Amino acid sequence: MPIHHEASAAMKKDAAAIAEKFTVEKQTEFRGELTLVVTRAQFHDIARFAKEQLGYTYLVDISSVDHFGEEPRYEMVYELQNFERVENLRLKYTVSEDDATAPSVVDLWPTADWHEREVFDMMGINFPGHPDLKAVGHLRRILMWDGYPFYPLRKDFPLAGRDSNTPDVAFSRAAPLAGGPFVTAPSTGDTQEREPRSREME
Amino acid sequence: MSTPVAYDSKIEGNVIFTKLDSAINWMRKNSLWPMPMGLACCAIELMATGASRYDISRFGAEVMRFSPRQSDVMIVAGTVTYKMALAVKRIWDQMPEPKWCIAMGACASSGGMYRSYAVLQGIDTLIPVDVYISGCPPRPEALIEGLLRLQRKIEGEHSFLAQKPELTAALS
Repeated sequence: MPIHHEASAAMKKDAAAIAEKFTVEKQTEFRGELTLVVTRAQFHDIARFAKEQLGYTYLVDISSVDHFGEEPRYEMVYELQNFERVENLRLKYTVSEDDATAPSVVDLWPTADWHEREVFDMMGINFPGHPDLKAVGHLRRILMWDGYPFYPLRKDFPLAGRDSNTPDVAFSRAAPLAGGPFVTAPSTGDTQEREPRSREME
Repeated sequence: MSTPVAYDSKIEGNVIFTKLDSAINWMRKNSLWPMPMGLACCAIELMATGASRYDISRFGAEVMRFSPRQSDVMIVAGTVTYKMALAVKRIWDQMPEPKWCIAMGACASSGGMYRSYAVLQGIDTLIPVDVYISGCPPRPEALIEGLLRLQRKIEGEHSFLAQKPELTAALS
């Protein structure tokens, strides 16, 4: 992918087209990448517009961010790509903790299926409209097992994990951290100083 | 309990005298077919152990069986995540008795450096382990040493299920 130092005229035109039809709360540009902060209510329409009218036919990735301690707590991030121009567009919107749901875009990009399941599994944001909704009303897990009660990538979830028990399926135990977490120490010293090992946290 | 079987054709001709336990264990320990449970970088060392330089077939354990029904020893080589642990346990349950388990490397033995919500802290929380091998990953020599230790352990075992009351109780 070519490195752009400034967003192309075509991209700015796309952003303007979205801003004309929908609410864009914020638009930022960094090293040629455009990011639009939109609203959750309008997101599905914006995604359809970007795909069908603006040519962003490829959904590169979906991710979610936990801004723990802020409200709204969660943020969804979508990376779209226009294949013909090889240009990326980033769409973001916030999701509140009380109503941690987001519109599913599997009907637009089938690749969103596993991405959305991973977002649900790790962050606990549900996707009504997803084709793999279970009878209980949430998505099927993809990395952890069905019945696991936590969402491990939330900021209030400890790295070591928590005890859980799903009868006849699986259990989990909190890992002994033993002075950890083990992280490398930036230093000009030898390997023994730098390597990950148990250290007193400051 | 039992002594290793030695066969010297000059002295004994075509007849050897031994105990049934010794004979059966001698056969078992020299034809340990591994179930290679290669889950991470330890599996690379496991493959090196099977290749020509280290050649695990010198000890009768070169027949890597990818079917649990045909294997005797499960070599758990690598990081066991909770998700994978379900499959490891299932395959272990499918292996017929007698069966043994080698936990190869720090991760399989104790979780290693992965003190994380996603990683099982040692495969011995799920299945009984006979030999633990240290290292991250262990060198092929270490794996061979572990295999020899397992062979020594098998020499001293009872060979019939009926002689193992704890195991029969666990199985019933």
